[in-house]
Amino acid sequence: MFGWEFPPHIAGGLGTACYGIVKGLAANGVKTLFVMPSAFGDEDSSVADIINASDVAVDTSVCDINEFLDKVSFIRIGTNMIPYVSSDEFRELAELEKKRQVKDFSIRYGQKYKFSGKYTSNLMEEVARYAMVGGTIAMQHKDEFDVIHAHDWLTYLAGIAARKLTGKPLIVHVHATSFDRGGSDNVDTRVYDIEKMGMEAADKVVAVSDLTRNIVINRYGISPDKVITVHNAVDFSGRENLKVERGVKDKIVTFLGRITFQKGPEYFIEAAAKVLKRTENVRFVMAGSGDMMSRCIRHVAKLGISDRFHFTGFLRGQEVGKMFALSDVYIMPSVSEPFGISPLEAMRSNVPSIISRQSGAAEVLSYAFKVDFWDVDAMADAIYALLTYPSLSRFASVHGYEEVDTLKWNNAAYKLKRIYESVIK
Amino acid sequence: MMKKSICLYFQVHQPTRLRLYRFFDIGKDSHYYDDFANRTIMRRVAQKCYLPMNALLLDIIKRHKGEFKVAFSISGSALEQFDRYAPEVIDSFRKLADTGSVEFLCETYYHSLASLASPAEFKHQVLKHRDAMKQYFGVMPKVFRNTELIYSNEIGGEVYDLGFKAMLTEGAKHILGWKSPDFIYYDPAQPKLNILLRNYSLSDDIAFRFSDKTWPDWPLTGEKYLSWIKSAVSKGDIVNLFMDYETFGEHQNAASGIFDFMRYFPEVVLKDGLMEFVTPSQAVRKLKPVDLLDVPQTISWADEERDVTAWLGNELQQDAFSKLYGLMEKLSIINDPVLWSDFGHLQESDHFYYMCTKFFSDGEVHKYFNPYDTPYEAFINYMNVLSDFIIRTDAAYSDLDAKFVSDKKDAAKATSSGRVAEKKKKPAVKKSTVRPVKTTASKAVKTKKK
Repeated sequence: MFGWEFPPHIAGGLGTACYGIVKGLAANGVKTLFVMPSAFGDEDSSVADIINASDVAVDTSVCDINEFLDKVSFIRIGTNMIPYVSSDEFRELAELEKKRQVKDFSIRYGQKYKFSGKYTSNLMEEVARYAMVGGTIAMQHKDEFDVIHAHDWLTYLAGIAARKLTGKPLIVHVHATSFDRGGSDNVDTRVYDIEKMGMEAADKVVAVSDLTRNIVINRYGISPDKVITVHNAVDFSGRENLKVERGVKDKIVTFLGRITFQKGPEYFIEAAAKVLKRTENVRFVMAGSGDMMSRCIRHVAKLGISDRFHFTGFLRGQEVGKMFALSDVYIMPSVSEPFGISPLEAMRSNVPSIISRQSGAAEVLSYAFKVDFWDVDAMADAIYALLTYPSLSRFASVHGYEEVDTLKWNNAAYKLKRIYESVIK
Repeated sequence: MMKKSICLYFQVHQPTRLRLYRFFDIGKDSHYYDDFANRTIMRRVAQKCYLPMNALLLDIIKRHKGEFKVAFSISGSALEQFDRYAPEVIDSFRKLADTGSVEFLCETYYHSLASLASPAEFKHQVLKHRDAMKQYFGVMPKVFRNTELIYSNEIGGEVYDLGFKAMLTEGAKHILGWKSPDFIYYDPAQPKLNILLRNYSLSDDIAFRFSDKTWPDWPLTGEKYLSWIKSAVSKGDIVNLFMDYETFGEHQNAASGIFDFMRYFPEVVLKDGLMEFVTPSQAVRKLKPVDLLDVPQTISWADEERDVTAWLGNELQQDAFSKLYGLMEKLSIINDPVLWSDFGHLQESDHFYYMCTKFFSDGEVHKYFNPYDTPYEAFINYMNVLSDFIIRTDAAYSDLDAKFVSDKKDAAKATSSGRVAEKKKKPAVKKSTVRPVKTTASKAVKTKKK
């Protein structure tokens, strides 16, 4: 299994999801070799054998460089844009490029590459190198695995390399797509290309929700019978709900997440302004940071609700739990959310949640309130109702807790196991 | 040998649907109803069901010279909408009433759950409906059917006290045990109150299964249906077929052949000659009750459970319900016709049905009747409306209070200067005699929960 990150060192939801999947697979009797670019050594290795790609030298003892490169020729380190060339020139250029690559590769030959494992500016290069190392690792462990499973576009190239070199079936797992990250008009084509390549090369594509499945089918042109939805779950083991003293008497409505276009923060602000027109004793909190934060602060000021609308900045570890404990209503107005684990965490903390219909979580949560992200009237109405009608919030809290408690990774992993079985010849 | 009986009874009801009522509207706009939806749906159902089916029944009655009989109950909410949006439906019901072969039953005017909340409000609505029947169709109902066939010994007692001789309810298995629904029973506390029980299996064959092509017995024919009825009634006296009138043409559309079936079925029965059609009143005159029927816990015709959990099963429904009936006392004192009318419409059982969270088991049926996507939306919308209604009630109440205080001052002045005090009693006492106050809403809800 190719991942990019693994708890405890995580930047987003991908690592958490991978951990849940690996753990669930272990419970279902599936052994996992988990490859990641940069392991810290304190990962939970009881559920999987963790392979640190930074420790592996590119080793071509199993095949010579040329053969290796033929099979993984799709990998380009760095971008090489060659516009308007004749076919002869192109051949020449391609030959040159190959030579350059062989040279490049020879330099690396026998060396280790220290991955940052972060989401840095040379991400593209890391992704490509990860593929090379991934291929090597796959060859080294050829007899130990039956299926290759790659999580999100960062690892797709590694997955494809492993598939080409070993001939074992490939599953790509779509946790998010370019369309979720940038909105429909702002897609990074390099990422899109890698995503599409991964999905096309895969034997099966796993999507985290029907919403994502539809994107995979419609936007990437993948045949529907190849794409299967396996909803995410949450692992709450060993987590206690915090009890927190409240500083203010007011009710608190919370948004928690990256403050980016994808998460729909501005709709939350609009809804908050509407609620504040009719009710007092309520405060709104936007927790997190992101590229739209300053714009949001200005927006709040312009609406004149700054005294009731608060920004906390990025919250870490315990602070997140504390924020949930302080909240009366949780809201996730995402414009596009492949799944969205945060409302599950909120509901697990007994906080009634309002989520956008444009989220994968809406497909599995009956007891969350669902509104269209653009419908700020409905959003405001739901917030108001949860603040005003105690029986409603009590009901949503009790039943919401029970509901998320039943969403287990073991069940999701069971579905994955069935998919594995279907592709192993 | 006495012919065995078939009793057909149809329920006619349309809820007064609430408009999308946002919290911004609270205290600002007190029109609660979705007039457009109500009119559109009423017009549609009138065209697809009420008018063609009434014409069909009239035709059958005339053709068989009164040997074919049916019974109806029409909720006050439906009557009001007929008046407003489809008055020709009232005329067609009147024509049916004039044949003498059609009995009209009494129910709660607002198709409400008042029987579970407040005996006073229940009584008021029953009498209001009885008056409406008299006014519209010139008949005095003798038989009662409660909203959704809700029944218990307690309700039976109240109904008997209101002067009814018979009542309809569900032939619920958990109440009947080994007994058959195909007899007449009596209430243990009120032996003179006859109870007619719905044969749900045969009723649902028409109401739910008629057009279901996956049903092994599809298509249903008059002969087949009659043979089932006869085998059911071989050890009984009467088969009670109770269903929504909207079954004909709306729930089961015309293309399913439901109208042809209904045209043909009476002919088959009458030609066969072994059974006859009766109305509920005729049934209790003709047949003797065979045994008592003890119903300590409330039953209804809804869902698998045949209880009241479709309306009062979750915390949301119970909260809305008790908040609503908590207003009874103030409303009785204010005694304002406009407030009474809104109070009535807010009591319609449908509003509570929409809040039902039994998503999965009976979700299909619930979805069909539900204009809201989720029970949460239904609850939020209802509570927003109710919040406005509470504000109006409180405002009217404090106005009255202020008036009472000033009246008392005037009266005090008057007594000190002369007499006259007697004349100006406080309005509260006088008005409350019109509609006695006895709110048992909270109690009723508690007993429902067990």
